[in-house]
Amino acid sequence: MSLSAYFRSLASRFFRRESVSCDVEEELRAHIALRADDLERTGLSRAEAERRARIEFGARDRYREESFATLGGNAFDNVVRDVLFSLRVLRKSPGFTLIAVATLALAIGANSLVFALLNALILRPLQIPDAQNFWDLDHIGALSYLSYPEYLDLRDRNHTLAGIAAYTISNAAIDTGADPAPAWLIEASGNYFDLAGIQPFLGRFFHPSDERGPNSAPYVVLTYNYWHTHFRDDRGVVGRTIRLNKHPFTILGVAPPGFIGTLAIFSTDMWVPIVNQQQIDGLAILADRGSHSVMGAGVRLKPGVTTVQAAADLNAVRLDQNRAWPKFEQKEPYCLVRPGIGGNFLGTAITAFLGALMLLASLILLAACANLGSLFAARASDRSREVALRLALGARRARILRQLFTEAILISLAGGAAGLAGSLALLHALTLWRPFPQFPMNIPVSPDARVYLVALFLALASGFLFGAVPVRLVLRTDPYQVIKSTSISSARAGRRITLRDVLVAVQIAICAVLVTSSFVALRGLARSLNARLGVDPQHVMLAEVNLSMAGYSDESGAAFERRMLDAMKTIPGVTQAALANNPPLKMGWDVTSVFSDQTADLRPSNEAFTSISYNISPEYFQTAGTTLFAGRAFTWNDDKSSPPVAIVNAEFARRLFGSSQNALGRHFKMRSGTSLEVVGIAEDGKYTANLAESPQPAVFRPLLQAHYLDIWLMVRSTGDPQILASTMRNRLRNLDRSLPIFSQTWNESMNGALFAPRMATASLGILGLMGAILSITGIFGLAAYSVSKRLKELGIRIALGARRSEVLGAALGRAVRLLAIGSAAGLVLGFLASRVLAFIVYQATPRDPLVLAGVVVAMALLGLLATWIPAQRALAVNPLVLLRED
Amino acid sequence: MPDQAQLLPGTLDLLILKAVSLGPLHGYGVLLRIAQISGSALLIEQGALYPALFRLVRQGLLKASWGTSENNRRAKFYELTAAGRKRLRQETEGWERLAGAMASALAARPEEV
Repeated sequence: MSLSAYFRSLASRFFRRESVSCDVEEELRAHIALRADDLERTGLSRAEAERRARIEFGARDRYREESFATLGGNAFDNVVRDVLFSLRVLRKSPGFTLIAVATLALAIGANSLVFALLNALILRPLQIPDAQNFWDLDHIGALSYLSYPEYLDLRDRNHTLAGIAAYTISNAAIDTGADPAPAWLIEASGNYFDLAGIQPFLGRFFHPSDERGPNSAPYVVLTYNYWHTHFRDDRGVVGRTIRLNKHPFTILGVAPPGFIGTLAIFSTDMWVPIVNQQQIDGLAILADRGSHSVMGAGVRLKPGVTTVQAAADLNAVRLDQNRAWPKFEQKEPYCLVRPGIGGNFLGTAITAFLGALMLLASLILLAACANLGSLFAARASDRSREVALRLALGARRARILRQLFTEAILISLAGGAAGLAGSLALLHALTLWRPFPQFPMNIPVSPDARVYLVALFLALASGFLFGAVPVRLVLRTDPYQVIKSTSISSARAGRRITLRDVLVAVQIAICAVLVTSSFVALRGLARSLNARLGVDPQHVMLAEVNLSMAGYSDESGAAFERRMLDAMKTIPGVTQAALANNPPLKMGWDVTSVFSDQTADLRPSNEAFTSISYNISPEYFQTAGTTLFAGRAFTWNDDKSSPPVAIVNAEFARRLFGSSQNALGRHFKMRSGTSLEVVGIAEDGKYTANLAESPQPAVFRPLLQAHYLDIWLMVRSTGDPQILASTMRNRLRNLDRSLPIFSQTWNESMNGALFAPRMATASLGILGLMGAILSITGIFGLAAYSVSKRLKELGIRIALGARRSEVLGAALGRAVRLLAIGSAAGLVLGFLASRVLAFIVYQATPRDPLVLAGVVVAMALLGLLATWIPAQRALAVNPLVLLRED
Repeated sequence: MPDQAQLLPGTLDLLILKAVSLGPLHGYGVLLRIAQISGSALLIEQGALYPALFRLVRQGLLKASWGTSENNRRAKFYELTAAGRKRLRQETEGWERLAGAMASALAARPEEV
């Protein structure tokens, strides 16, 4: 047996249909041969006999087909033959195939990308056992934290929870014997890992039994990644001692790969027990009911308890505590939310952003389907002769439709596969991307089966959607009529509104919506960039110096801060230097409750408002570039021995005192009960990492009266920032070797503030670009098709002396009209969609003359671009050549 | 085939069963045998035979095997199975009942009513 024969028999065993098909084929051939033998005996030549035999046999293909059908099990065989035939057909028009696949790849890629993000961040954020029963404790309304005593109350007095674990984000200088480096950590209660329900990769986790009062559990659990990168997979690390902020901690174990805690977008380096909080943060605040140091809590419910019941139970505990401790009242009611993306504060924004993106992405897919639908309709009418011929030869309509659908599905699957591959590559890049260099926020996207299934579903659904467009055409086809005349469409071209026209108009409308939204986003970014900041970030270098990491106390820290400032001022080129707890416009800011001076009962519900708060050194305002409207700046004499003073911004003065003129010399109270005198009024500015924020009240206090250990140096200079940064680093190292320093320019630190508008502009810009591409291909397809169909008519018009404008009008009028109608509809829809856009872009409104003009000009340009080639072709028609052709 | 099937539903199957019951036949042979036993009165389009043959095989009424024809061509031969024999008996009885009923109905004269 030859090798090939062996393989053939092997194959036929696997593919029974192959042998069946051969069998039937051979049997029919035998029949014809036998009949021909008989005919030959009557005196015909062999060739003539065979010819007669074939004729007598009848429609052989049809009988073969029917034989297959009766033999059953031919569905697969038919699919294979449809696929092979479709591939042959598609190969014959590579341009069409390429455009169709690319269009779908773009659309499905965009959808699966957004869905993968949605899936990773919202639908399936946590990789822990029984994740469905894991919830995050959150507050309805404002971002607000718990104090540790409040957490203990919730833990001990609830009746509905199986467990509640507290956690908070912090950072510390970690010293493994080499250079101290900052690391991010989560301080967690002892039951954290037990509640998550995971097992350690190495060693053990800490447990409630390890907690025996403040600083009793100097243990640390590493993430798999940190262990992998910093300890090079050394299994001997368990039991080793490292130093966190100079305090010895023992490595207990390593968490399993992929577990980065219960905050999906924050990748920590390690976990420490929350009872050792003082060693990490410097201040002992665990017993302080007023200091809201616990960022969040993970919750598991008892069986049968709903989140609403649990929240009611927790709020009952809260109200009891508010009665017992009116001064430390928790204003915001608790609720339980899906864990992973920072609850209501960040989560709502991310959910809204991704939801709006998903909506726009599905619009892209819809536009792509409309585009392909009209391409398919055009193709089908061009192929009406082929269809008619096949019908005449005995093919059933269902069979022809199935073959057309096979073509559509093949294209959609190819497009889906290409799109998915592209989006996976992008997702991989996104996973590695750190939008904020200092803050370990990342986007951990590992596409799972759900992403693949959605991509497959989208591909199939869109295939059926645009494949369904030519169905009516095929069902209507009368083979006799078609073969007699030339083609279906030429008989009725230009007479009525076809399905194709509607599809093109719909597609252009959708694309105009997308173009509108990208213009809105661009305007939003421009607005953010031109916003009045109230500070001048140019030429300022920032350096974060965490004195608590280097073991300083409040007193030694204050003296050290003076020495740092003096050292900075001696650097050549430095004009000003100041200290602040936070520079404005960075990710991260402090807020404080403000009370009017008359308020005696300082419970949170009596506060006048919440203000952003800054603790600053005397030269801050010159360094930051903020104007003082009235009053004086601070001096080093504003210390603990002198009366407490504050500088407020104009918004603060307006809100508390009615106007900024009469605020000087007036008093207000802080939560601690201290009464502060207003000694200066500063201009308003932007403070949080959101350039689009509405005016916020801000209060500035002298550093010596409100001390801060995690401090930022702000140095304004005329020199080169890189050289300045290294000089600053050297000077600081000279003062204290063990100091962890993080420096960047103020402009760099504003990346966080620009993140949202940039993301919005980038994502909407990409979607708008895709919309533009789709509308170009749509208009181009229509225009090119109508020109090619009417070449003869155009030729006659030219021969009869039509002017160029008349020829163009005849050739492209329809496309241009559809473009105009579609764009107008799109603009109107864009107006209506501004609510959706508002989720993405702050103050998003398309009711902006610039946006309006931009969209109109853009759509007109797109139309010009798309009709250019067809127009050239229409004008270049040579009537003589054309008329001679027939 | 649609015309014939509509004219006499099931007739082709019965004819094939009958033809094959007289001895194993290949497809072309079935046609010749039908022509022979019906006195060439029944015309069957040749290709239409095969879907019917395959249907009967699928129903287990016929079984097929490859063999060699009288003039040395490879051909597939059909013969009745036990089920096929039974079916032929039933169908023949059914047909005779029908034909008899039709015949007596059509033979009726006015004075008999």
